[in-house]
Amino acid sequence: MRKILSLNNLLLNEVGYIYNLNCSEGVKKRLLDLGLVKDTCIVPVLKSPSKGIRAFDIRGSLIAIRDEDTNLISVYTKNT
Amino acid sequence: MEITDNVIVCVNLLDEAKKKHIKIDLNLLSDMLGVPVVGTIARKKSSLNNLLDVTYKVCQKKICPRPKKINYNSVIEDCITKLEIKLKELYDFPSNLYRWISLKLLENETDIISSIEKHLNVNFSENIEVEEMLENLQNILNNSNITKTNFRDNITSSIMKQAEEVCKKVCKFEDETYSNRDKKIDKILTSKTFGIPIMIIFLGIIFWITIVGANYPSQLLFSFFGYVQENLIDFANLLNCPAWLSDMLILGVYRTLTWIISVMLPPMAIFFPLFTILEDLGYLPRIAFNMDGFFKKCCCSGKQMITMCMGFGCNAAGVTGCRIINSPREKLIAILTNSFVPCNGRFPFLITIATIFIAGSVQGFSGSIISTIAVLLVILLGIFMTLLVSKILSKTLLKGMPSSFVLELPPYRKPQFGKILVRSIFDRTLFVLGRAICVAAPAGLVIWFFANVGINGESLLNIIANFLNPFASLMGLDGYILTAFIFGIPANEIVLPIILMCYLGNGTLVNLDDTFAIGNILVQNGWTILTAINVMIFTCLHFPCTTTLLTIKKETGSLKWTVISFLIPTVCGIVLCMFTTLIYNIFEIGIF
Repeated sequence: MRKILSLNNLLLNEVGYIYNLNCSEGVKKRLLDLGLVKDTCIVPVLKSPSKGIRAFDIRGSLIAIRDEDTNLISVYTKNT
Repeated sequence: MEITDNVIVCVNLLDEAKKKHIKIDLNLLSDMLGVPVVGTIARKKSSLNNLLDVTYKVCQKKICPRPKKINYNSVIEDCITKLEIKLKELYDFPSNLYRWISLKLLENETDIISSIEKHLNVNFSENIEVEEMLENLQNILNNSNITKTNFRDNITSSIMKQAEEVCKKVCKFEDETYSNRDKKIDKILTSKTFGIPIMIIFLGIIFWITIVGANYPSQLLFSFFGYVQENLIDFANLLNCPAWLSDMLILGVYRTLTWIISVMLPPMAIFFPLFTILEDLGYLPRIAFNMDGFFKKCCCSGKQMITMCMGFGCNAAGVTGCRIINSPREKLIAILTNSFVPCNGRFPFLITIATIFIAGSVQGFSGSIISTIAVLLVILLGIFMTLLVSKILSKTLLKGMPSSFVLELPPYRKPQFGKILVRSIFDRTLFVLGRAICVAAPAGLVIWFFANVGINGESLLNIIANFLNPFASLMGLDGYILTAFIFGIPANEIVLPIILMCYLGNGTLVNLDDTFAIGNILVQNGWTILTAINVMIFTCLHFPCTTTLLTIKKETGSLKWTVISFLIPTVCGIVLCMFTTLIYNIFEIGIF
């Protein structure tokens, strides 16, 4: 079963796939350029000690995104 | 590749790929893309010859690249073809451009379209046929659920999918665990318990090496310049140069200039390479990542932490470093607050004062610990003020929400030490030093003039100091100290020498190596623990030096922001000093 949730609710090391980007135009463009297109595999791997930002493994590179932005990104999980 | 056929793909960092056991089939990549592919290791010059060779051949048309087209969604492809045909009827462009321009028109990328219009000298929006066609096509796209908002998504995912396919065929990961080491390091460096302490330790070590290590070359430079100075004086005497002129040039200009070089060059030459090593390792983005939460609360960027760290080395370099911040609002905040962190020039002064007054009674090792803590407290005050002022600026002058912050954390790499040395010394150290020298030479002249010219036997410097005295005592300082800060504006390093010069009544800057001798002079001139604390606060919070101001002027391109950057820390420093004086006085009255 597919479960849709926002990216900031995805737990550390849990595998998710991009479903939709609801961010503003500028941010969206930047995220698309970084490769966050639909169905891309994304895994939160690091959490900042000062909170409010997490780093994600996207196609083997590590990209940090603030919670305000991940809140607007929806992902789905493939687990049953 | 959509604009021109003349494309060569260069695959760089092959050495890194090899280290991580990634095999790349360059021939297959070349076949799949339809263009020549050259593999390079940019660190090794010889590997670049092949690239030059291929470039030359393409220019000579010995190799003709035929880039493969990217296939988009079939509806989009249909629209592109229709528009392409129309454009071919109407305009005469280079043959490759029709498809690309059609795509951009459909995508409605206004920036790119207006630049196309400018370069090709056409105007699409005025052409009714193009407009009509576009409207039609937009309807077709809308009918198949491709709207203005998701057009770009669609295009990007087509490109991405094809790129992924190519990547899957061309690259072979022989070792699937290649990034595990990086992941482990990242886990520790950004962990909740160790992340921030490790960061402080790293920075602490760098400062310590800089402060301790800079002493020896500084002494050497001092004695060298001192030797040259004596010869210069002899030479001037030989030429029968009038005493006032030789004094002015040698004891004024030359002495201030060499003083600044001796105290500034060694710490910079040590600090910048060390900092560049951290940069090359890939640690700096992790610092920004660790600290982002705090900066977000103040509505600014986590990258400000990096520019702040650079500010510890030199505020001018820190201000230049603010270029890495994308949002103009956050960049301006970072520039304006940079001088809150004490730079290399102010550190020795802070340490001297802390050693004399705060650890003065305690000798030896524990004394050095106490003075280190005192200096650390001043640094923390600086960081706290940075955050506070950033927050206030975000709420008042530079209103705005924190912009989005997307930061790539690159894999760790082994730094190249030789290159770091060259790059940091030439790009940063000499650059900053050059600017400092431009200011120091005239400043030396001015200081000499004020110290040696006077009315009724009283030097101008004394007159100014006496004039400032009432105001300075409100701040718990004295007129000489404030005067020294004002004359120390070309470089903070000369503040203490000017203070000593005033107290000793000499007309030239004084160099004293013995901390306790300095201490005696200061105490004899009425310094108390309050004076020491306030001097330390004011050292941390006062107007940036002229080098930094010039840099701010250049970076912001505005006189207004330069003036504001001058005023903010000064006002903070004055208010805080007055506050501590008030508290101290209340206590004194209370006790007696």
